[in-house]
Amino acid sequence: MSLDPVNLAAIVVMAAATYLTRITGYWLAGRIALTGPARAAVDAIPASVLVAVIAPQIAGGGAAGAAAAILTALAAWRGPMVLAVAVGIASAALFRNLLG
Amino acid sequence: MNPSERKAGTAGTEVAAAARAVLPVLVGVVPFALVFGAVAAKKGLSPLEVGLMSGMVFAGSAQFAAAQLWTAPAAVGALGLTALLINMRHVLMGMAIAPHLAAFPRPARPLALFVMADENWALAMRRGLAGRLTLAYYGTMGVIMWAVWVLTTTVGAVLGAFIEDPAAYGFDFAFVAVFMSLLRGFWKGRSSLVVWAAAALTAIIVSRLVEGPWYVVAGALAGMAAAWLVRIPEAPAP
Repeated sequence: MSLDPVNLAAIVVMAAATYLTRITGYWLAGRIALTGPARAAVDAIPASVLVAVIAPQIAGGGAAGAAAAILTALAAWRGPMVLAVAVGIASAALFRNLLG
Repeated sequence: MNPSERKAGTAGTEVAAAARAVLPVLVGVVPFALVFGAVAAKKGLSPLEVGLMSGMVFAGSAQFAAAQLWTAPAAVGALGLTALLINMRHVLMGMAIAPHLAAFPRPARPLALFVMADENWALAMRRGLAGRLTLAYYGTMGVIMWAVWVLTTTVGAVLGAFIEDPAAYGFDFAFVAVFMSLLRGFWKGRSSLVVWAAAALTAIIVSRLVEGPWYVVAGALAGMAAAWLVRIPEAPAP
């Protein structure tokens, strides 16, 4: 269990930078009043972030990724999250073995 | 303490609901955490350093990128800048969750922001959209996510070489499934389709053109721009 001082410094700086990103949005939101289209834009953040995270992963997954994504989307749209996760893992493993 | 006593049962159900909600997310987090720990250990970080980083930074993608960049001695400035850039999406997330956190007691807010990560943030947004986001619900998710992340990344660092790529077993798709399930709660009809398409296409294009995690911020901004444009006819004329 070693703790290198330079490593510790890097970890502390990373932690400070990350915490800054976490509090900045909250701080901004308390200072800007949002109405009309600006309100619509901020309301669109959650879904946009989620889509932006997974879209490149699906698009880069080839035929196996696309097939698994379609099955997972169906499960996610109709069933509980646990089912979607099970279908996601199983279909990705299956299609990568069959098609990949 | 009398008013909170009356709500004791409610807080209990909130804690239970949060634990249930976060469970499927952990299916994706645990393999990812083990792999991060193993990668960091191969780069020369001790299990103690891995655990410290997970506890203090608590940001999966930034830590993964840092582990790839880690050198001996560590490039402190570059690692800090990388963490700052990769976590830029937190600014947007913080803006979106602010109205819900404003209802928390003031001393709880800095800690609530500290444990804000992609998955529990999205779960919290969905909870807030469906009703009220309580501190019991949010705090339970945050504590579970933080504890599991610190513990499993440290275990990954100890086990090191025994850890395999989770993509080989489809575990990377747990995140896709979680995010797709969460998206269902944000569907608002046809205008959502425009916003989601803009976010998806922009993220895909930027991910192929630009190195690093910029595609998340780019996709999110494109989705926001689309929402702005789609809503303009509904806004009152100036």
